Amino acid sequence: MDMKVMTATSGNGTDATLAPKILARDVNVHYGEKHALKEVNVDIPQRSVMAFIGPSGCGKSTFLRCINRMNDTISIAKVTGSITIDGSDIHDPALDVVQLRARVGMVFQKPNPFPKSIYENVAYGPRIHGLASGKDELDEIVTTSLKKAGLIAEVKDRLGDSGTSLSGGQQQRLCIARAIAVGPEVILMDEPCSSLDPIATARIEELIDELRANYTIIIVTHSMQQAARVSQRTAFFHLGHLVEEGETADIFTNPFDKRTQDYITGRFG
Amino acid sequence: MTEIFSIEKAPATAERNAFVAARIAQRYRSERLFRFFGLAAVAVTAAFVVILLTDILIRGIPAFTQHRLALDVAVPADVLPAGTEASTDVLRSVDFAKIVRESLRGAFPDVSERKRRKALDGLLSSGAGDELRRRVLADPSLIGGTVSLSAPLSADADLQLKSGSSGIERKLGTGTASLSGPAGKVSVTSTAEDFSAAAQLVRAAIERQKDRLATEVTRLEQLLPQTVGEERQGLDQKIADLKQRVASYGTRLSAAGGDIDLDSSTPTVLVALGDAWIKAERVTPRSIAGATLVPSSSTAPAAPGAWRMLVIETPESNRTTSDQEIAWLESLAAENRVSRHFNWQFFTSGDSREPELAGIRGALIGSILTLLVTLALCLPIGVAAAVYLEEFAPKNRLTDIIEVNINNLAAVPSIVFGLLGLAVFLNFFGLPRSAPLVGGLVLALLVLPTIIIASRAALKAVPPSIKEAALGVGASHQQAVFHHVLPLALPGIMTGTIIGMAHALGETAPLLMIGMVAFIVEVPDGLTSAATALPVQIYLWSDLPEVAFQSKTAAAIIVLLGVLFVMNGAAIYLRRRFERRW
Repeated sequence: MDMKVMTATSGNGTDATLAPKILARDVNVHYGEKHALKEVNVDIPQRSVMAFIGPSGCGKSTFLRCINRMNDTISIAKVTGSITIDGSDIHDPALDVVQLRARVGMVFQKPNPFPKSIYENVAYGPRIHGLASGKDELDEIVTTSLKKAGLIAEVKDRLGDSGTSLSGGQQQRLCIARAIAVGPEVILMDEPCSSLDPIATARIEELIDELRANYTIIIVTHSMQQAARVSQRTAFFHLGHLVEEGETADIFTNPFDKRTQDYITGRFG
Repeated sequence: MTEIFSIEKAPATAERNAFVAARIAQRYRSERLFRFFGLAAVAVTAAFVVILLTDILIRGIPAFTQHRLALDVAVPADVLPAGTEASTDVLRSVDFAKIVRESLRGAFPDVSERKRRKALDGLLSSGAGDELRRRVLADPSLIGGTVSLSAPLSADADLQLKSGSSGIERKLGTGTASLSGPAGKVSVTSTAEDFSAAAQLVRAAIERQKDRLATEVTRLEQLLPQTVGEERQGLDQKIADLKQRVASYGTRLSAAGGDIDLDSSTPTVLVALGDAWIKAERVTPRSIAGATLVPSSSTAPAAPGAWRMLVIETPESNRTTSDQEIAWLESLAAENRVSRHFNWQFFTSGDSREPELAGIRGALIGSILTLLVTLALCLPIGVAAAVYLEEFAPKNRLTDIIEVNINNLAAVPSIVFGLLGLAVFLNFFGLPRSAPLVGGLVLALLVLPTIIIASRAALKAVPPSIKEAALGVGASHQQAVFHHVLPLALPGIMTGTIIGMAHALGETAPLLMIGMVAFIVEVPDGLTSAATALPVQIYLWSDLPEVAFQSKTAAAIIVLLGVLFVMNGAAIYLRRRFERRW
């Protein structure tokens, strides 16, 4: 673990110079009466991995879902404050939520491939966005996306098989390929490894590390080791507050806030 | 943790062990009891279903076959009115049934009396001429020639042949029998005591009859002191009559030599000797005296085993077919001219007043047309409503009210929908009465809530993760619903729809209200022509007095159940075939 932290820290030197991709200012979320997220301010740098950690119900997933406006689908959720991606406000009435979600892909906690063929799973996004002008181009996108998700070697001979016939880890990589296929800039991952075994988890973590070169990745995780292994920056949420945010190495070795320290050392959670 | 340890560590006293053992025994006992009740409930249900189905099958299956009589019918050359061609219109006016009847009379030339001729004609169905008319129409060159026709028998004759041996005892003669004359009053004498068993049976029946009358006399005599005036006179008269009958039975029983007289209130004894049929009027152990029902062509004695007798226990006065008719049918059957066929007519013709001609085609087509209208309306409206309510409608007071009302609508008695249809579709919109179109509209109202509820349940059963996945790659809400949620819910929607349709197929009450309960002979040829439906046809037939319609009713029930089983089977197949597990 220490080795990983060391490498992550060494990687930070170059990432820190990059301009932030996502800026969140005074973000509040109410679910009906419940105040789920309180005054969150955070800058998320581009082409890096940021991890959100914190105990269950702390608001980290809620904040993640704010970034691609998935909370819109929950009728009682109310989001205030501003979130900008590359300087443009995601709540701008002129911005179509469908366009936003094409730029901000999402991978869910439980692998959720469509009950269709592997090919159709990946091709669905490009097709509805009209990204491919012909069959050949679509094939190209599917192959590239599967390649980027590190799945191509395992499935290239059975693209017609059902996506649900794959193993859990393969399904999750298929979901990543599906997210990549529409050409997003940001990928949100909501506990992507929570239902996977350690080997599949390691495979996904490697993948995240590779994807970092081209995408801004935000990952919600319950595993502090995972946060330490894959992320450059970490944000700690507690009871709807963003308690502390900083370089991963600093958060884990020298936390500023008492609550962060208690959580990291396992005193509550 | 600590608590568990403390229990394990605690000294296991005998008292505690007994308590635990009692608890375990109690648990097993309650489980056994529950299993027993469950099994008993299943067994009782299964028994009821089996009894019901067996009863329907036993009653209904005979209606799928029909007895037909092979006749060589000579079509007279002058059958067509002078100067006309063999066209449908001309042939329709020709009485072909009469020609067929003449042909049957040819088989029994001795029948000359009007009453007996009518009885003989009655063996044939009134539709016997239709087949001949069809044949002649198809091939006019048959006029003037002979046609081998298979004519349907009347319902009563058919029923008599189907009931076959029940209540009829058949016996071959063991002695050599001789007949005293070819026709009229004759006697049959056997060299063996062939008739003693029959005589015994008749004697026993008369004794039973006499005892019953005697008991009745005693009962009436006890009533006598309580009555006065005219009433008393009537009773006196009745008692005197009964006493006279008891006395006459007494004299019959005490006749010399074991002779016994028969009449229409005693069992019947028929003897078939050569081609003759004789009805016994007096039976002695070695001979009978009686009248011929079918005359004989010779008086040659018959060897043992070459003649037979029929003893029919039910007295003639209690039967629908007379001894004469039975003799004719038996005699025709002996010539192998009667055969049993599958009753295609049951599936190819509409309703009729004659049981042997009545079919379910009209009702079946009426039901199919009605269901088509229902399906065409219900499926799109129901699914669209379900998708809107489940996926798009804002959750507010109005949609809550709509939801509650849809659920309530599913519980409204069907007759209410019938009244609604009568008031709205017939009286207000002026749509035709008895039409499958209106039936379909009314049943659509009835089935719509079922389909909406089933479709919503199917949509709700699709895991939200699928919708989220679609939204996550940038599908719009509508795309997510129509590309992913709806296709996954479709098997459930189909199952619900088929079950709703099956429900509509069996529905009777609303159709009664809109006039689909009429006697309609023609098979409907469109959505607005008068029609009836299967369950209504069953209801109509079950109400008719003719015995033959009882088996028609059961047969129609079998067809209805068959269609329902097929529909439910399709629903189960769809569910199994397309069901997905997550």
